[in-house]
Amino acid sequence: MNEAIVQVTGIHKRFSGVYALRDVSLEINPGDIHCLAGENGSGKSTLIKVIAGVYHADEGSIHLNGTQYEHLRPIDAIREGVQVIYQDFSLFPNLTVAENLAINSQLEQRKRLVKWSELRATAEDAISRIKVDLPLDATVGSLSVADKQLVAISRALLHDAKLVIMDEPTTALTQHEVKNLFDVITDLKSEGIATLFVSHKLREVLDISEKLTILRNGRLAAEGDTSDFDEKKITFHMTGREVSEERFAWSGDGATPILSVRNLGRRGEFDGITFDVQPGEIVGITGLLGSGRTSLGLSLFGVHPADSGEVLVDGAPVSIRSIQDAITAGIAYVPEDRLTEGLFLEQSIGRNIFVSILDRIKTAIRFVDFDVAKRTVAAWIENLKIATPSAEAAAQTLSGGNQQRIVLARWLAAESRILVLNGPTVGVDVGSKEEIHKKLRELAAQGVGVVIMSDDIPEIVQNCNRIYVMHKGRFVRELTEAIDTDTLVEQFEELK
Amino acid sequence: MQKLVKTHEFYVAVILIALSVIVGVVNPSFFSIGNLFALLKSNVVTGIFALGVLLVLIAGGIDISFPAIGVVSMYMTGKFLERIEYGGPVILAFLISLSIGILLGVINASIISTFKLPTLIVSLGTLSAYQGFVLTFVDTKIINRLTEPMVNYSRMEILRTTMESSGQTTGLHVSIFVYLVLALLTAWILKYTMVGRGVYALGGDRQATERAGFSIRKIEFFIYTYVGFLAGVAGILHSAHVRNANPFDLVGSELNVIAATVLGGATIGGGRGTVVGTLLGVMLITVMNNSLILLGIPSYWQRFTTGMILLIAVTVPKINEMRRESA
Repeated sequence: MNEAIVQVTGIHKRFSGVYALRDVSLEINPGDIHCLAGENGSGKSTLIKVIAGVYHADEGSIHLNGTQYEHLRPIDAIREGVQVIYQDFSLFPNLTVAENLAINSQLEQRKRLVKWSELRATAEDAISRIKVDLPLDATVGSLSVADKQLVAISRALLHDAKLVIMDEPTTALTQHEVKNLFDVITDLKSEGIATLFVSHKLREVLDISEKLTILRNGRLAAEGDTSDFDEKKITFHMTGREVSEERFAWSGDGATPILSVRNLGRRGEFDGITFDVQPGEIVGITGLLGSGRTSLGLSLFGVHPADSGEVLVDGAPVSIRSIQDAITAGIAYVPEDRLTEGLFLEQSIGRNIFVSILDRIKTAIRFVDFDVAKRTVAAWIENLKIATPSAEAAAQTLSGGNQQRIVLARWLAAESRILVLNGPTVGVDVGSKEEIHKKLRELAAQGVGVVIMSDDIPEIVQNCNRIYVMHKGRFVRELTEAIDTDTLVEQFEELK
Repeated sequence: MQKLVKTHEFYVAVILIALSVIVGVVNPSFFSIGNLFALLKSNVVTGIFALGVLLVLIAGGIDISFPAIGVVSMYMTGKFLERIEYGGPVILAFLISLSIGILLGVINASIISTFKLPTLIVSLGTLSAYQGFVLTFVDTKIINRLTEPMVNYSRMEILRTTMESSGQTTGLHVSIFVYLVLALLTAWILKYTMVGRGVYALGGDRQATERAGFSIRKIEFFIYTYVGFLAGVAGILHSAHVRNANPFDLVGSELNVIAATVLGGATIGGGRGTVVGTLLGVMLITVMNNSLILLGIPSYWQRFTTGMILLIAVTVPKINEMRRESA
């Protein structure tokens, strides 16, 4: 009876000759809360897809509930009770919540015709399982991210899921929503449903899981009970090296602030924002989702210009009405969603970098000087340790951490003196995260003013010498000394 | 009621009625039984093509080869019937034509789903290849004398009345019922079959469709085969309506059909569209073209207005979307 839901042994998977997985094994038993950790590109997603039947392993055996599968198809995995909630949730934005919930079970039952009354009953059954209220007739496209995730989870629980695999489920959630999610997972456990939780956020891994598997470069790096691990140990296995946790320190010297913001406001988004950034400082701005921090960032970069207050650079007022104004003033902005806002995904890494300096590298007859461009790009790839075989590769071929470095390189090449980063390490793995933090500190040491906007509390605490907590469009707290993670978490709780 | 008012179909219906009233006021013959019957009849071929285009658009693709499928089916059927001097029931003509249509649809489907190519490019290729094949290997001559069963079919009308004013006889052509049946069939497929929901799913999110356990290959095969089937029927009906079989015909009408479908609320990019919307869109385009004639405007304007309508129909939803985002 105590048969493993999933038992994969000795899995090898190659993509065009390159190993994505090498001799990986994993076993999940009923009621397990199992965490699969690893950096981006370590093979986590590939392993999930092998279990879900989306990819075929080149070698190795797959048993689901005791049955061996030679050629596992997605529909087989679903029939065996394996449900995957992908990062993008795999929902249909154009269909209603009800249909999204029921469509999988309709397919599973090999239905050819749709009975709408039956479909609705299935949907109602689905949302009753996680005790949430979702508008069944709304189209999924109109829901918030957290609600979409609830739809995806409810859907997974239909038709007797035995194992729910969640791929980076907390990326787009606020702390509060993460807590709700963990409650749901604990509920599932009490019903004997196992969860495979894929994450690279150490804190979450330790909080929720009981068993842990860590992958590195497609190989099994460590496995065992979570209680035998701590953050340091996990990080070591994920990256293969020790990662420093040294706090950023800065001793003010009362120099002219490189950036001063006075009473800045934009109707309906934020109001009365005042702060200074001195050269060499790293200032943190944090707040819950919807606190207005993204709007503030976009205003500083001229995307949505502010309608009151002023901005001073080096003590002189500047008017920022457009992105061009911001760039001229030396302000650079690294957006939250680099995939849609920050990168030309299909263009080469090189082009992504030198796009910001096109008008500085003209030849005598105003063509782009490709020699200079090439040299600049090469220098920054080297400087930021962007891991790529060539500057000609498309930006989309790189991992999250490397993509983020491309965006950084672009603005550093433009000699920006004020760097505003929104969620600089969202979707970036531990090793790259550390590299990026190190780089930001180096920049600060060179006199660049850095502003980090993030809801990753440990990140903010570790890297900023001053932190503002934003709530409903205003700064409600300023923390300068004795900043620690617990204090900040408490502050957050009070805001709710 | 409020929900109804918000739908795209409602707006199209309002525009349709408004346009009809304007045209009717300027030229009262618009509302004559004769003109209305004629209008309905001229909906048929465009409308049947549009039902196919609707499926393709909902699934997120675009197809322009359907007129070629229509003309090839129609002309080869005509040739065959002529050679054997066919005299039996007309249903055989329909069966031959729709079989050819299905065959060509299957070729489209195979290329698209096997090589995972963009539908526009594939259909651009097959559009030219299908018509070129017939012109090269079959014949280029127009068949002006259709076989007996086809001629008889072209005269099949019900509710025949003689108009007092002109003394002309007019009736409702049976093709309209073929159109209605196909429209009902398409609506039923889209709403009540899994493959129909799969078409919507595919247009909503391709990857999610695959992960949910749909076979994308099956859905695509269904879509393009069904388009071929509809084009085969539309082709033979067109031949009957104009009482000839011209291998140069139909190709060039794709813009009109796609414009009608988009006007009816199907979005380029996929995921949305309804049969009711498509029927209204086709009606609107037909009335528009018809009214230009009744209003005495040169027919060159038709191309211009159709183009403009297509642009407006795709721009308006986009504007609404942008407004919603900035709000």
